[in-house]
Amino acid sequence: MTSPVPAGLVGTGALTRLALRRDRIALPAAVYVITAVVAGTAYTFKKLYPTAASRAALASTGGANPALRFLYGRLDGTSLGSLTTWRYGIWAGIFAALMAIFVVVRHTRSDEEAGRLELIGSAVVGRQAALAAGMATAALPSVAVSALLCLVLPFTGLPAAGSAALGLGIGCCALAFTGITAVAAQLTSSARSARGIALGVLGVAFVLRGVGDSAGAGGPSWLSWASPLGWIQLARPFAAERWWVLCLPLAVAAAGAGLAFTFAARRDYGAGLLPDRPGRPAASAFLRGPFGLAWRLQRGSLLGWAVGYAFIFAASGAAGKGIGQLFGTSSALEREFTRLGGQAAITNAYLAALMLLAGLVAAAYAISVVLRLRSEETGDQAELVLATATGRIRWAVSQVAVAVAGTVLLLAIAGVAAGLGYGLRAGSAGPEVARMTGAAMAQLPSALVLAALAVGLFGLLPRASVPGAWTALGVVVVIDLFGQVLQVSHWILDISPFTHAPRLPGGPVSAEPLLVLCLVALTLAAAGLAALRRRDIA
Amino acid sequence: MTNAIEARGLHKSFGRTRALDGLDLTVRTGEVHAFLGPNGAGKTTTIRILLGLLNKDGGEVTLLGGDPWRDATALHARLAYVPGDVTLWPGLTGGEIIDLLGRLHGGSAAKSSDVKRRDALIDRFALDPAKKARAYSKGNRQKVALVAALASDAELLLLDEPTAGLDPLMEAVFRECIEEERRRGRTVLLSSHILAEAEALADRVTIIRDGRTAETGTLAEMRHLTRTTVEAELAGPVSLDGLAGLHAVDLHAVDQHAVDQHAVDQQGTKLRCEVDHASLNDLLARLTKVGVVALTCRPPTLEELFLRLYSSERTVAGVPR
Repeated sequence: MTSPVPAGLVGTGALTRLALRRDRIALPAAVYVITAVVAGTAYTFKKLYPTAASRAALASTGGANPALRFLYGRLDGTSLGSLTTWRYGIWAGIFAALMAIFVVVRHTRSDEEAGRLELIGSAVVGRQAALAAGMATAALPSVAVSALLCLVLPFTGLPAAGSAALGLGIGCCALAFTGITAVAAQLTSSARSARGIALGVLGVAFVLRGVGDSAGAGGPSWLSWASPLGWIQLARPFAAERWWVLCLPLAVAAAGAGLAFTFAARRDYGAGLLPDRPGRPAASAFLRGPFGLAWRLQRGSLLGWAVGYAFIFAASGAAGKGIGQLFGTSSALEREFTRLGGQAAITNAYLAALMLLAGLVAAAYAISVVLRLRSEETGDQAELVLATATGRIRWAVSQVAVAVAGTVLLLAIAGVAAGLGYGLRAGSAGPEVARMTGAAMAQLPSALVLAALAVGLFGLLPRASVPGAWTALGVVVVIDLFGQVLQVSHWILDISPFTHAPRLPGGPVSAEPLLVLCLVALTLAAAGLAALRRRDIA
Repeated sequence: MTNAIEARGLHKSFGRTRALDGLDLTVRTGEVHAFLGPNGAGKTTTIRILLGLLNKDGGEVTLLGGDPWRDATALHARLAYVPGDVTLWPGLTGGEIIDLLGRLHGGSAAKSSDVKRRDALIDRFALDPAKKARAYSKGNRQKVALVAALASDAELLLLDEPTAGLDPLMEAVFRECIEEERRRGRTVLLSSHILAEAEALADRVTIIRDGRTAETGTLAEMRHLTRTTVEAELAGPVSLDGLAGLHAVDLHAVDQHAVDQHAVDQQGTKLRCEVDHASLNDLLARLTKVGVVALTCRPPTLEELFLRLYSSERTVAGVPR
């Protein structure tokens, strides 16, 4: 009997349908967010920069600012499309690549590590079917992003050809990372390491094109060509499109897929191409209590977060120099500008917004570390620890202590990095580092309130703790990022702990709200711990 | 000496499901106690209550003289636990986890005697301590938890189906270890599915069903309360009329030509039955009167006790019970 599909791929269709079923909420949501961010940016720019002159002014300032070029890429031309590509082309590519990385690993190496693929592999399913299904599950939404952008962007008034080039550039970037992640998932036996490798490639791709894009004349601008993220803008959407550049990500995707399929056909089930390094046969002196354990489990990811924070906030801080000039480029923004108090005030507002962002993301980090308590509980590792002479409170407090220490570290990095980035360009590194570190630390109590809410939920409503804590963060993010723009009632703004933190640098400081926030955090955490003492461990 | 574990009328419900419904359990200090029951009977729930992970809804429970819920931490320093389904931290090695659990117990890895004991156990169980936990099979994960528990100097070992993933060689090592622990005077509560293991190791046995204690006692006591299986080949027909305490009687005539060519017209009889302890003597008297050709008489295996408790209305291998 001859089968129309190669033996290795038998069952791909069924596995793809299973994967799409499992991700039926997350994938459409990701596609929607990426499309909406790009289309929304095009729409906003049309409102803010209606005239060619205002756009030219923005291009000559923002497009020339090396730090902004590091963050957003280079600006080709002054059309609305060019501005949209500049502001969100690369970042939409990053979001799409993240989606591809998480989807591919989730449906290949994660399932294999958990043993689920073993069950599937014993059925009439080819050796490469899971890999093919994982890649298809990532490719489908990538293609959908491209198609939607091609369809939606012209409605905001952008030319169809440029819309297609931007949409395809973003989708092809996701396809390239689908191929890269497929290879990463063959290399290691652990899903965590596979994700780490793929995210590392994404990070390197961002920095390569960042250095290339911000390089002046005579600088290493060719580095942008070495990065899949750089290709999005190198295809020059809305500015004499270079369509052939889109072949580069497709070639990477094809090469990655080919390599991954070859590896998958040769390797053993459950094994990676890179050998598992043996670890220590005995524990180090540090791994002696619940705190040592919590730190050991968290230190790898904290390092990743710390590096990311350092890069992003150094670049964003550096972009703060001359940010005020951008506002002169739009008459609508100019009115706002004078209302806010001129150049220095604008810079301060920008840096304060940056620190708010640092606080929100640090809160997300803190919540993820606190919620590890819950995953250890449902995963039964907590049982092993709690059956020893370790009390529940000590166990939980150790994890929370690591969460707090990590949050302090991340905010300190954000402050120092932003201070250095801005200060070095403004010529006052020392005072700026001190000022920005203080500003970052002012966000700490607010971030800890959200972490403490997670502790409280973990103790009082363990089942609701994971969705509850993330929903709370989502509500706070929406309030902080859009609340003032939407001019919602003060009652709603007050829900967010970040509303009560001082707006630093530049704003007035008083200790009272910070103390109240700390008190709220302590109360929530104490309530959670008290409830943990009394409840059953799942 | 007091009992290591004393539970009376334990109740525990999860929502509408009744996990424990008046469970009694007594484990004497220094004994190996087998805790038997099918899936879902409440074994793990009981052990989790003993560990203070779950709070009982009703009843009394004492563990090593303390309240397992209130004094959890203090009591845990004196016991070691091996869960039925061992989940480890994938990024840590087996050796690291063994040391960590030992230290969390309050033991110090610095003591050279402890290190020696740990290394000897790792050796006996043929475990590679430098491997990351993610690379361990179920059996190897089980070994990590077992080595950690056996290497501790806890007075009480709570083992929840500890051999579920072990191969027969390792199971033999496990039995040796438990024998040694018994000689050292440690108390062991061994929840198990493997009845031969319980039979070989346990001083006393508790069998539970639907969250309640069905039988408890030494194996000898439990056998005494129950039936002996008798299989006999007799020289002639036998009447069992008027004999009380016979069960599952299978009596049929056999042609004895092949056996005894001189007694062509004699009809032999084969009997298989289970007999209550009290009636054994009377039955044997009847049989010897007819003339016994062959006789096997054996006490019930734990497996038979277990099956009888759980399938009183069912038939096993065609024999009504």
